[in-house]
Amino acid sequence: MKLFKEFEDKLPENILEEVKANLPDKCSESRTRKILEAVYKEYKSSVADPGENVGLVGAESIGEPGTQMTLNTFHFAGVSEMNVTTGLPRLIEILDARKTIKTEITEIFLKKPYNEGKDIKEIAESLKETLFRSFLKEISINIASLQMTIELDEQKIKNAKLTPIKITKILEKSVKSFKFQLEKDKPIINVKSSSKDIALNEIYKLKESIKDIFVTGIKGIKQVLPVKRGSEFMIVTAGTNLKEILKLDFIDTCRTTSNNLYEIEKLFGIEAVRQAIMNEVMKVLDAQGIDIDMRHIMLVSDTMCMSGRLLGINRYGIVKEKPSVLARASFETPIKHIINASLRGEVDSLNSVIENVMLNQPIPVGTGLPGLVTKVK
Amino acid sequence: MTDVFVNNKFSGTINDPKEFVERIISERRMGKLPISANVTYFEDLNEVHVETCSGRAIRPLIVVKDGKSTLTDKYIEQLEKNEITWSDLLKQGVIEYLDTLEEESTLVAFREEDLTAEHTHLEIAPITIFGLATSLVPFGNFNHGVRLNQGSKNQKQAIGFYVSNFFTRLDMDVNLLHYPQRPIAETIMHSTLEFNKHPTGQNVVVAIMSYQGYNMEDAIVINKGSIDRGLARSTYYRPVISEELRYSGGLIDEIGIPDKEVKGYRSEHDYRYLEEDGIIFPEAKVTEGDVIIGKTSPPRFLSSMDEYNLTTSSRRESSMVLKHGEIGVVDFVVVTENSEGNKLIQVRLRDNRIPEIGDKFTSRHGQKGVISYVVPEQDVPFTADGIKPDIIFSPHGIPSRMTVSHLIELIGGKVGALSGRYIDGTIFDSEKEEDLRQELLKLGFRENGTEVLYNGITGEQYPVQIFIGDMYYLKLKHMVANKIHSRARGPIQLLTRQPTEGRAKEGGLRLGEMEKDTFVAHGASLLLKERFDSDKTIVPVCENCGIIAVYDGRKERSFCPICGDEVEISNVEVSYAFKLMLDEFKSLLVYPKLVLEGKY
Ligand SMILES: [Zn+2]
Repeated sequence: MKLFKEFEDKLPENILEEVKANLPDKCSESRTRKILEAVYKEYKSSVADPGENVGLVGAESIGEPGTQMTLNTFHFAGVSEMNVTTGLPRLIEILDARKTIKTEITEIFLKKPYNEGKDIKEIAESLKETLFRSFLKEISINIASLQMTIELDEQKIKNAKLTPIKITKILEKSVKSFKFQLEKDKPIINVKSSSKDIALNEIYKLKESIKDIFVTGIKGIKQVLPVKRGSEFMIVTAGTNLKEILKLDFIDTCRTTSNNLYEIEKLFGIEAVRQAIMNEVMKVLDAQGIDIDMRHIMLVSDTMCMSGRLLGINRYGIVKEKPSVLARASFETPIKHIINASLRGEVDSLNSVIENVMLNQPIPVGTGLPGLVTKVK
Repeated sequence: MTDVFVNNKFSGTINDPKEFVERIISERRMGKLPISANVTYFEDLNEVHVETCSGRAIRPLIVVKDGKSTLTDKYIEQLEKNEITWSDLLKQGVIEYLDTLEEESTLVAFREEDLTAEHTHLEIAPITIFGLATSLVPFGNFNHGVRLNQGSKNQKQAIGFYVSNFFTRLDMDVNLLHYPQRPIAETIMHSTLEFNKHPTGQNVVVAIMSYQGYNMEDAIVINKGSIDRGLARSTYYRPVISEELRYSGGLIDEIGIPDKEVKGYRSEHDYRYLEEDGIIFPEAKVTEGDVIIGKTSPPRFLSSMDEYNLTTSSRRESSMVLKHGEIGVVDFVVVTENSEGNKLIQVRLRDNRIPEIGDKFTSRHGQKGVISYVVPEQDVPFTADGIKPDIIFSPHGIPSRMTVSHLIELIGGKVGALSGRYIDGTIFDSEKEEDLRQELLKLGFRENGTEVLYNGITGEQYPVQIFIGDMYYLKLKHMVANKIHSRARGPIQLLTRQPTEGRAKEGGLRLGEMEKDTFVAHGASLLLKERFDSDKTIVPVCENCGIIAVYDGRKERSFCPICGDEVEISNVEVSYAFKLMLDEFKSLLVYPKLVLEGKY
């Protein structure tokens, strides 16, 4: 198509593709040109004008509906223990780029036979972090012989597709100073110290610490929930460990993701975080039924990722990165900023809004942006 | 075993909690324990709590025994004959006070007819479940609770006849209503409180209709003829107080007309009302800037020079002057001494307040509004009998708020005004709406309270009947005369050179951070600069060292305090607040260097 070539410089590729796909079957050249010209006109009028204060308009556009958001957590139907922070607390969490978030969630998509529901329950269970305490029936300590006997729950071991021998080996691996011996045909482990002189309270300490030994599953996955979304089965988990989950072979690695931004930054890089922020914010806003133009959120996301690291919109994040001393000082703890700036001999070139408001100069935005250049000589 | 807590402190255990609680209650009724002692047994916690401390809300109830009120006819007879009093009833255990905790374990009957064997107490009267101000709302039981609260809140702000000896009192900031009236629709609390000795409002004719859109959004339209006849006029009293203070070194303030040599002397015109003793004479009409009490004070800081030269010239003027926007007439002057023996002058100013656009009014049902229009009397709608409403209230205020009592009071007031009696609107025990309607019908009016009204401007009959009747209306103390404010230019603060804040100081209206953002969002850069121009200054800046230079007025040129006058110095326009900030930086030992660029 020659026509489309002509508009290649004027319109972005994806818009051209969209026009191409939606053209009527028999479309004359002159009509196509008219369509493309109309699209171009529309496109040009949607572009932000030079000097438009997109940041502040974005802040107002997100901030105003934000006042209407409710402070509630959303419960998964049927499972009362698993809830997700949504609404304003979650929004603050995302935009602040909090290191620890209230509820970590991983959405695991599965490969072909499994996403139709094959062994979904077993797969889900196998992901769950299981500690030694869940296989215990009883622990008793013989004070005279300084021995400990552990009685295992055979049924539970069977359910987890393990054997008492395997569990004993795991225990041996993680506790070096004690010897573990499995009794024959009985799910009972005798625990003895490897050295002879040993204090009684060390056995008591072991009795507590042994319960938290990791046995099977994936570390960090506290709860699992198989759900059906549309026609597809998937697993939602509380707690994340994407690095380990992605190693599993039955998982669709292309779509599986978590809501922990720092984890995404570490595993996939800053571009992925940029997208993740947008997705997470949109998820919150959609749940609240709030309609905010995507581009405002894109701008926020860009700002947070601009430096190559994930930065929150707060004193420790992007405000710290502001080049202007006066802008930083006007936000919080002014004396600290001024004194540090004077130690470094910082120069404020008055490029942004707040500094110019302080000095009562025209702000370099909108009508204050253009300047008249004349030659004097 | 049950734990017993006395005033939230563990004090022992008992075996039979129920018997224990019963014994405490019966001993209290016998007068062996104080009437304010309360006891509760929490079955789920298995704890008994005894409370005797102060600060709990307690309320009286009639004790019920075996489904029968202990307040028998015998007691009532004795009470009527004044043979026994309230405290006798308390002593005999007929009435007892319960706190909120003990109330949990009781079953209180609302009326005597409702009593069953299970009931433990009986309300003295249904109205006692309300507070003092709330029980003054007539027919309040027809309302939503929220409106009842708002109605009683509004009543507290009403202007009325607050004390009878107001002539001899010098209260701060007080309003007094002219011609206050006793409400036609009353509750029992009005007579209990002797409300007719200190009423707070007036009975007015109210039509519920719209009037050319002037009474939209809670506004009310008022009849100018009614105002001319004295409706809702009030007097505002404001005291001006000054005393001769004593200072160390035997120095003392002096009340009198200040000498012309005194520091800060105002013009002679400002002192024109003062008599020889330096105090204004009664009935002087004063406006802002006029001196009420002339006074001079000794100098604040004695420098070494002044100590040898204690003449009048070193004294400063400290008269009491009427602030911006205040007017009035001197009503009353008191010359006395305060507790320390210093001379004390108190002057009371009075200001006549005629209702005007913006004054706030309310009925007793949380239906408050401000005057939006004062209609000339000839334009007010009238009934076939020639009755013109004093106030026109918008019908849109009714459906969403569901203040049914407002409507019933209107009918009740109409009946009362026509038949010349007071209507009982006591909450839960009021006269029945049906009876009032029938009475209105007998008086020759439509039983639903509507009448045919005629347009006051065209004389045409309105196509619908208008609900019209009498109501008690209250004028609230929020009057525009105390609040109206505007400023084009005026005083500035000494430190920042920005406009002062507040009406009394003729201050500006702040354009805050968020308001600033709206200018920024519109890209209205130069408009924003202009709005913040209030403290702009032109400062000379040394181009060499970047510090603010000094302008020498005698030589008509600037010089730099560091580099001298052989450097280039440019004038720069900045806000004074910025110049102040640079000075503060210097006090922190931070060197703020201005780098100027691009003159052209
Ligand atoms: Zn200099």
